[in-house]
Amino acid sequence: MTGQSKRKKFLYINRRAPHGTIYALESLEVVLIGAAFEQDVSLAFIDDGVYQLMAGQDTSGIGVKNFSKTYRALGDYEVRKLYVERESLAERGLTVEDLMPISFEDEEDDYAEKPSILVADRSEMVRLIAEQDVVLSF
Amino acid sequence: MPTLHTVNKSPYERSSLRSCLDHLAEGDSVLMMEDAVVGARRGGKFVEVLKAARPSCTVSVLAPDLAARGMKADDLAEGIALVDYGGFVDLAVANARVCAWL
Amino acid sequence: MLRARGDRDLRFGIVVNEGPYTHQASDSAYRFARAALEKGHEILRVFFYHDGVNNGTRFTVPPQDDRNLQRQWSELAEAHKLDLVVCIAAAQRRGILDANEAKRQGKDGDNIAPGFRISGLGQLIEAGIQADRLVVFGD
Repeated sequence: MTGQSKRKKFLYINRRAPHGTIYALESLEVVLIGAAFEQDVSLAFIDDGVYQLMAGQDTSGIGVKNFSKTYRALGDYEVRKLYVERESLAERGLTVEDLMPISFEDEEDDYAEKPSILVADRSEMVRLIAEQDVVLSF
Repeated sequence: MPTLHTVNKSPYERSSLRSCLDHLAEGDSVLMMEDAVVGARRGGKFVEVLKAARPSCTVSVLAPDLAARGMKADDLAEGIALVDYGGFVDLAVANARVCAWL
Repeated sequence: MLRARGDRDLRFGIVVNEGPYTHQASDSAYRFARAALEKGHEILRVFFYHDGVNNGTRFTVPPQDDRNLQRQWSELAEAHKLDLVVCIAAAQRRGILDANEAKRQGKDGDNIAPGFRISGLGQLIEAGIQADRLVVFGD
Protein backbone atom coordinates (compact mmCIF):
# COMPACT_ATOMS: atom_id res chain seq x y z
CA MET A 1 0.00 0.00 0.00
CA THR A 2 1.45 3.39 -0.93
CA GLY A 3 1.62 6.28 1.48
CA GLN A 4 -0.63 8.26 -0.80
CA SER A 5 -3.53 5.85 -0.55
CA LYS A 6 -3.43 6.11 3.25
CA ARG A 7 -3.67 9.91 3.11
CA LYS A 8 -6.67 10.89 5.17
CA LYS A 9 -8.60 14.08 5.75
CA PHE A 10 -8.06 15.32 9.30
CA LEU A 11 -10.13 18.14 10.79
CA TYR A 12 -9.21 19.78 14.07
CA ILE A 13 -12.17 21.58 15.61
CA ASN A 14 -11.25 24.41 17.98
CA ARG A 15 -14.13 25.84 20.00
CA ARG A 16 -12.43 27.29 23.06
CA ALA A 17 -10.73 30.58 23.78
CA PRO A 18 -7.00 30.27 24.44
CA HIS A 19 -5.21 30.53 27.82
CA GLY A 20 -8.11 29.78 30.22
CA THR A 21 -7.47 26.11 29.53
CA ILE A 22 -4.62 24.29 27.82
CA TYR A 23 -6.77 22.80 25.05
CA ALA A 24 -5.83 25.36 22.37
CA LEU A 25 -2.09 24.96 22.98
CA GLU A 26 -2.13 21.18 23.14
CA SER A 27 -4.36 21.03 20.06
CA LEU A 28 -1.79 23.13 18.20
CA GLU A 29 0.93 20.73 19.35
CA VAL A 30 -0.99 17.85 17.76
CA VAL A 31 -1.33 19.82 14.52
CA LEU A 32 2.43 20.50 14.43
CA ILE A 33 3.39 16.87 15.10
CA GLY A 34 0.68 15.64 12.75
CA ALA A 35 2.13 17.72 9.92
CA ALA A 36 5.00 15.22 9.62
CA PHE A 37 2.47 12.54 8.62
CA GLU A 38 1.52 14.44 5.45
CA GLN A 39 -2.22 14.06 5.80
CA ASP A 40 -4.81 16.44 4.37
CA VAL A 41 -5.23 18.75 7.37
CA SER A 42 -7.84 21.44 8.01
CA LEU A 43 -8.44 23.48 11.13
CA ALA A 44 -11.88 24.81 12.04
CA PHE A 45 -12.31 27.71 14.43
CA ILE A 46 -15.86 27.79 15.74
CA ASP A 47 -17.50 29.57 18.71
CA ASP A 48 -14.87 30.94 21.14
CA GLY A 49 -12.22 29.09 19.14
CA VAL A 50 -12.00 32.16 16.88
CA TYR A 51 -10.25 33.91 19.77
CA GLN A 52 -7.25 31.59 19.31
CA LEU A 53 -6.40 33.57 16.17
CA MET A 54 -6.82 37.06 17.63
CA ALA A 55 -4.10 39.54 16.73
CA GLY A 56 -2.17 41.25 19.49
CA GLN A 57 -2.45 38.59 22.18
CA ASP A 58 -0.31 39.63 25.15
CA THR A 59 -0.03 37.06 27.91
CA SER A 60 2.73 38.82 29.83
CA GLY A 61 0.34 39.69 32.62
CA ILE A 62 -1.03 36.19 33.22
CA GLY A 63 2.10 34.06 33.26
CA VAL A 64 0.90 31.82 30.44
CA LYS A 65 3.02 31.12 27.38
CA ASN A 66 1.96 33.15 24.34
CA PHE A 67 1.83 30.53 21.62
CA SER A 68 -0.29 32.56 19.22
CA LYS A 69 2.63 33.31 16.90
CA THR A 70 2.92 29.60 16.21
CA TYR A 71 -0.29 29.76 14.15
CA ARG A 72 1.56 32.06 11.75
CA ALA A 73 4.19 29.36 11.21
CA LEU A 74 1.64 26.71 10.23
CA GLY A 75 2.13 27.46 6.54
CA ASP A 76 5.69 26.14 6.82
CA TYR A 77 4.21 22.88 8.10
CA GLU A 78 1.93 22.55 5.07
CA VAL A 79 -1.08 23.41 7.25
CA ARG A 80 -2.78 25.98 5.09
CA LYS A 81 -6.50 25.63 5.60
CA LEU A 82 -7.67 27.51 8.68
CA TYR A 83 -11.45 27.81 8.41
CA VAL A 84 -12.94 30.51 10.63
CA GLU A 85 -16.70 30.48 11.01
CA ARG A 86 -18.30 33.72 9.88
CA GLU A 87 -21.26 33.43 12.28
CA SER A 88 -18.96 32.79 15.27
CA LEU A 89 -17.01 35.95 14.48
CA ALA A 90 -20.17 38.03 14.03
CA GLU A 91 -21.80 36.76 17.25
CA ARG A 92 -18.71 37.95 19.14
CA GLY A 93 -18.53 41.35 17.53
CA LEU A 94 -15.41 40.36 15.60
CA THR A 95 -14.39 40.53 11.98
CA VAL A 96 -11.54 38.82 10.18
CA GLU A 97 -9.63 42.11 10.54
CA ASP A 98 -9.34 41.39 14.26
CA LEU A 99 -7.41 38.18 13.56
CA MET A 100 -3.71 37.70 12.90
CA PRO A 101 -2.78 37.74 9.24
CA ILE A 102 -1.73 34.17 8.47
CA SER A 103 -0.40 33.23 5.07
CA PHE A 104 1.65 30.63 3.24
CA GLU A 105 3.91 30.62 0.22
CA ASP A 106 2.40 28.64 -2.63
CA GLU A 107 5.35 26.85 -4.26
CA GLU A 108 3.11 25.83 -7.15
CA ASP A 109 2.34 29.46 -7.90
CA ASP A 110 5.82 31.03 -7.94
CA TYR A 111 5.84 31.23 -4.12
CA ALA A 112 3.01 33.72 -4.10
CA GLU A 113 1.91 34.62 -0.58
CA LYS A 114 -1.67 33.45 0.00
CA PRO A 115 -3.96 33.70 3.01
CA SER A 116 -4.38 30.57 5.15
CA ILE A 117 -7.42 31.99 6.94
CA LEU A 118 -10.59 31.14 5.10
CA VAL A 119 -13.78 32.66 6.46
CA ALA A 120 -16.49 30.05 6.07
CA ASP A 121 -20.25 30.20 6.54
CA ARG A 122 -21.79 27.72 8.94
CA SER A 123 -23.18 25.79 5.97
CA GLU A 124 -19.64 25.45 4.62
CA MET A 125 -18.51 24.16 8.03
CA VAL A 126 -21.24 21.52 7.82
CA ARG A 127 -19.89 20.39 4.45
CA LEU A 128 -16.32 20.48 5.76
CA ILE A 129 -17.17 18.15 8.66
CA ALA A 130 -19.06 15.82 6.32
CA GLU A 131 -16.04 15.25 4.07
CA GLN A 132 -13.55 14.28 6.82
CA ASP A 133 -12.09 10.91 7.71
CA VAL A 134 -11.03 11.98 11.20
CA VAL A 135 -12.41 14.78 13.38
CA LEU A 136 -10.37 15.72 16.44
CA SER A 137 -11.66 18.04 19.12
CA PHE A 138 -10.01 18.90 22.39
CA MET B 1 -21.89 8.66 4.86
CA PRO B 2 -23.22 10.76 7.74
CA THR B 3 -21.62 11.81 11.01
CA LEU B 4 -22.25 10.80 14.60
CA HIS B 5 -22.08 13.87 16.81
CA THR B 6 -21.57 13.42 20.55
CA VAL B 7 -22.53 16.02 23.15
CA ASN B 8 -21.61 15.50 26.79
CA LYS B 9 -22.45 18.76 28.53
CA SER B 10 -25.74 20.10 29.82
CA PRO B 11 -27.21 22.65 27.42
CA TYR B 12 -28.29 24.60 30.52
CA GLU B 13 -24.61 25.16 31.26
CA ARG B 14 -22.80 25.21 27.92
CA SER B 15 -23.47 25.93 24.27
CA SER B 16 -22.13 22.65 22.85
CA LEU B 17 -25.55 21.13 22.13
CA ARG B 18 -26.61 24.30 20.33
CA SER B 19 -23.37 24.34 18.30
CA CYS B 20 -23.74 20.69 17.46
CA LEU B 21 -27.32 21.12 16.26
CA ASP B 22 -26.24 24.12 14.17
CA HIS B 23 -23.72 21.93 12.34
CA LEU B 24 -25.77 18.88 11.40
CA ALA B 25 -25.92 17.56 7.85
CA GLU B 26 -28.76 15.49 6.40
CA GLY B 27 -28.95 12.07 7.99
CA ASP B 28 -26.52 12.77 10.83
CA SER B 29 -27.03 11.33 14.32
CA VAL B 30 -26.67 13.04 17.69
CA LEU B 31 -25.84 11.18 20.90
CA MET B 32 -26.46 12.99 24.19
CA MET B 33 -24.31 11.46 26.91
CA GLU B 34 -22.99 12.28 30.38
CA ASP B 35 -24.50 15.59 31.59
CA ALA B 36 -26.02 16.29 28.17
CA VAL B 37 -28.88 13.89 28.95
CA VAL B 38 -30.54 16.57 31.08
CA GLY B 39 -31.36 18.44 27.88
CA ALA B 40 -33.57 15.61 26.63
CA ARG B 41 -36.10 15.61 29.46
CA ARG B 42 -39.69 16.30 28.43
CA GLY B 43 -40.90 19.71 29.46
CA GLY B 44 -37.38 21.13 29.41
CA LYS B 45 -36.60 24.20 27.38
CA PHE B 46 -34.27 22.43 24.93
CA VAL B 47 -36.90 20.00 23.68
CA GLU B 48 -38.08 22.49 21.05
CA VAL B 49 -34.48 23.15 19.99
CA LEU B 50 -33.93 19.43 19.54
CA LYS B 51 -37.17 19.07 17.59
CA ALA B 52 -36.16 21.93 15.30
CA ALA B 53 -32.88 20.17 14.44
CA ARG B 54 -32.93 18.70 10.96
CA PRO B 55 -35.86 16.32 10.66
CA SER B 56 -33.66 13.80 8.87
CA CYS B 57 -31.40 13.49 11.94
CA THR B 58 -31.86 11.12 14.86
CA VAL B 59 -31.23 12.07 18.47
CA SER B 60 -30.31 9.40 21.03
CA VAL B 61 -29.59 9.47 24.73
CA LEU B 62 -27.15 7.15 26.50
CA ALA B 63 -29.37 5.14 28.87
CA PRO B 64 -26.89 4.54 31.73
CA ASP B 65 -26.22 8.29 31.89
CA LEU B 66 -29.96 8.99 31.97
CA ALA B 67 -30.53 6.48 34.76
CA ALA B 68 -27.59 7.84 36.73
CA ARG B 69 -29.31 11.23 36.75
CA GLY B 70 -32.57 9.88 38.09
CA MET B 71 -34.50 9.68 34.83
CA LYS B 72 -36.24 6.90 32.94
CA ALA B 73 -37.23 6.33 29.33
CA ASP B 74 -40.64 7.84 30.11
CA ASP B 75 -38.99 11.11 31.05
CA LEU B 76 -37.54 11.65 27.59
CA ALA B 77 -39.09 14.07 25.15
CA GLU B 78 -40.92 12.52 22.22
CA GLY B 79 -38.83 11.23 19.32
CA ILE B 80 -35.64 10.72 21.28
CA ALA B 81 -34.17 7.22 21.22
CA LEU B 82 -32.48 5.43 24.10
CA VAL B 83 -29.26 3.45 23.55
CA ASP B 84 -26.80 1.59 25.76
CA TYR B 85 -23.01 1.59 25.23
CA GLY B 86 -23.44 -1.15 22.63
CA GLY B 87 -25.85 1.14 20.80
CA PHE B 88 -23.28 3.92 21.02
CA VAL B 89 -20.76 1.60 19.35
CA ASP B 90 -23.33 0.69 16.67
CA LEU B 91 -23.92 4.39 15.97
CA ALA B 92 -20.17 4.94 15.59
CA VAL B 93 -20.05 2.03 13.14
CA ALA B 94 -23.09 3.16 11.16
CA ASN B 95 -21.66 6.65 10.64
CA ALA B 96 -18.49 7.51 8.75
CA ARG B 97 -16.92 9.62 11.52
CA VAL B 98 -17.51 10.70 15.08
CA CYS B 99 -17.43 14.39 15.95
CA ALA B 100 -17.26 15.28 19.65
CA TRP B 101 -18.67 18.67 20.66
CA LEU B 102 -16.59 19.17 23.80
CA MET C 1 -17.35 -14.52 25.89
CA LEU C 2 -16.38 -12.54 22.83
CA ARG C 3 -17.71 -13.49 19.46
CA ALA C 4 -15.28 -13.95 16.58
CA ARG C 5 -14.37 -10.90 14.54
CA GLY C 6 -16.22 -10.58 11.27
CA ASP C 7 -16.22 -8.49 8.10
CA ARG C 8 -18.35 -5.75 9.61
CA ASP C 9 -16.03 -5.29 12.54
CA LEU C 10 -14.04 -2.08 12.71
CA ARG C 11 -10.83 -0.85 14.26
CA PHE C 12 -11.41 1.90 16.78
CA GLY C 13 -9.06 4.52 18.10
CA ILE C 14 -10.08 6.15 21.37
CA VAL C 15 -8.87 9.47 22.75
CA VAL C 16 -9.25 10.35 26.44
CA ASN C 17 -8.71 14.04 27.17
CA GLU C 18 -9.50 14.17 30.89
CA GLY C 19 -8.18 12.56 34.03
CA PRO C 20 -10.11 10.14 36.22
CA TYR C 21 -12.76 11.16 38.78
CA THR C 22 -13.17 14.89 38.04
CA HIS C 23 -14.72 14.21 34.63
CA GLN C 24 -16.74 11.26 33.40
CA ALA C 25 -14.72 11.11 30.17
CA SER C 26 -12.44 8.24 31.19
CA ASP C 27 -15.36 6.17 32.53
CA SER C 28 -17.31 6.76 29.32
CA ALA C 29 -14.32 5.84 27.17
CA TYR C 30 -13.72 2.68 29.22
CA ARG C 31 -17.33 1.58 28.87
CA PHE C 32 -17.32 2.37 25.15
CA ALA C 33 -14.12 0.34 24.71
CA ARG C 34 -15.62 -2.64 26.54
CA ALA C 35 -18.81 -2.49 24.51
CA ALA C 36 -16.83 -2.30 21.25
CA LEU C 37 -14.73 -5.32 22.25
CA GLU C 38 -17.85 -7.26 23.24
CA LYS C 39 -19.23 -6.64 19.76
CA GLY C 40 -16.09 -8.05 18.19
CA HIS C 41 -14.50 -4.77 17.15
CA GLU C 42 -10.83 -4.05 17.63
CA ILE C 43 -9.42 -1.26 19.79
CA LEU C 44 -6.33 -0.21 17.91
CA ARG C 45 -5.13 2.19 20.57
CA VAL C 46 -6.34 4.31 23.48
CA PHE C 47 -4.51 7.62 23.53
CA PHE C 48 -4.45 9.66 26.74
CA TYR C 49 -3.93 13.36 26.20
CA HIS C 50 -4.24 16.62 28.16
CA ASP C 51 -5.16 15.76 31.78
CA GLY C 52 -6.10 12.32 30.43
CA VAL C 53 -2.50 11.29 31.08
CA ASN C 54 -3.44 11.18 34.78
CA ASN C 55 -5.32 7.94 34.08
CA GLY C 56 -1.91 6.32 33.70
CA THR C 57 -0.44 6.75 37.19
CA ARG C 58 -0.41 3.68 39.43
CA PHE C 59 -0.21 5.92 42.51
CA THR C 60 -3.92 6.72 42.75
CA VAL C 61 -5.64 5.30 45.82
CA PRO C 62 -9.40 5.83 45.47
CA PRO C 63 -11.64 4.83 48.40
CA GLN C 64 -12.40 1.10 48.51
CA ASP C 65 -16.07 1.58 47.68
CA ASP C 66 -15.20 3.50 44.51
CA ARG C 67 -13.97 2.18 41.18
CA ASN C 68 -10.25 2.23 40.46
CA LEU C 69 -10.16 3.56 36.91
CA GLN C 70 -6.45 3.04 36.40
CA ARG C 71 -6.81 -0.60 37.42
CA GLN C 72 -9.85 -0.99 35.14
CA TRP C 73 -7.84 0.25 32.17
CA SER C 74 -4.81 -1.87 33.10
CA GLU C 75 -6.95 -4.99 33.41
CA LEU C 76 -8.75 -4.31 30.13
CA ALA C 77 -5.38 -3.82 28.45
CA GLU C 78 -4.13 -7.08 29.89
CA ALA C 79 -7.22 -9.04 28.85
CA HIS C 80 -7.38 -7.68 25.30
CA LYS C 81 -3.78 -6.72 24.55
CA LEU C 82 -4.80 -3.06 24.30
CA ASP C 83 -2.25 -0.39 23.48
CA LEU C 84 -2.69 2.34 26.13
CA VAL C 85 -0.54 5.31 25.16
CA VAL C 86 0.11 8.31 27.38
CA CYS C 87 1.27 11.41 25.49
CA ILE C 88 4.83 12.21 26.50
CA ALA C 89 4.58 16.01 26.24
CA ALA C 90 1.34 16.11 28.24
CA ALA C 91 2.74 13.55 30.71
CA GLN C 92 5.91 15.54 31.36
CA ARG C 93 3.85 18.65 32.16
CA ARG C 94 1.79 16.66 34.65
CA GLY C 95 4.35 14.42 36.30
CA ILE C 96 3.57 11.06 34.73
CA LEU C 97 6.85 9.22 34.19
CA ASP C 98 8.06 5.79 33.23
CA ALA C 99 11.44 4.48 34.42
CA ASN C 100 13.29 5.76 31.35
CA GLU C 101 11.81 9.23 31.57
CA ALA C 102 12.42 9.43 35.31
CA LYS C 103 16.05 8.61 34.72
CA ARG C 104 16.38 11.00 31.79
CA GLN C 105 14.77 13.87 33.73
CA GLY C 106 16.65 13.11 36.94
CA LYS C 107 13.51 12.35 38.96
CA ASP C 108 13.56 9.98 41.92
CA GLY C 109 10.84 7.62 40.79
CA ASP C 110 8.34 6.65 38.12
CA ASN C 111 4.60 6.15 38.38
CA ILE C 112 3.37 4.71 35.07
CA ALA C 113 0.71 2.04 35.58
CA PRO C 114 0.85 -1.50 34.15
CA GLY C 115 -0.34 -1.71 30.57
CA PHE C 116 0.32 1.97 29.85
CA ARG C 117 3.26 3.24 27.85
CA ILE C 118 4.55 6.76 27.26
CA SER C 119 5.03 7.83 23.67
CA GLY C 120 4.70 10.77 21.33
CA LEU C 121 1.77 12.56 19.74
CA GLY C 122 2.57 10.77 16.52
CA GLN C 123 0.82 7.77 18.06
CA LEU C 124 -2.42 9.76 18.08
CA ILE C 125 -2.08 10.74 14.41
CA GLU C 126 -1.14 7.18 13.51
CA ALA C 127 -4.25 5.92 15.30
CA GLY C 128 -6.30 8.38 13.26
CA ILE C 129 -4.72 7.09 10.07
CA GLN C 130 -5.03 3.39 10.85
CA ALA C 131 -8.35 3.24 12.69
CA ASP C 132 -11.71 3.12 10.95
CA ARG C 133 -13.17 5.44 13.58
CA LEU C 134 -11.57 7.75 16.11
CA VAL C 135 -13.77 8.57 19.10
CA VAL C 136 -12.86 11.44 21.43
CA PHE C 137 -13.91 11.63 25.09
CA GLY C 138 -13.30 14.88 26.94
CA ASP C 139 -14.73 17.72 28.96
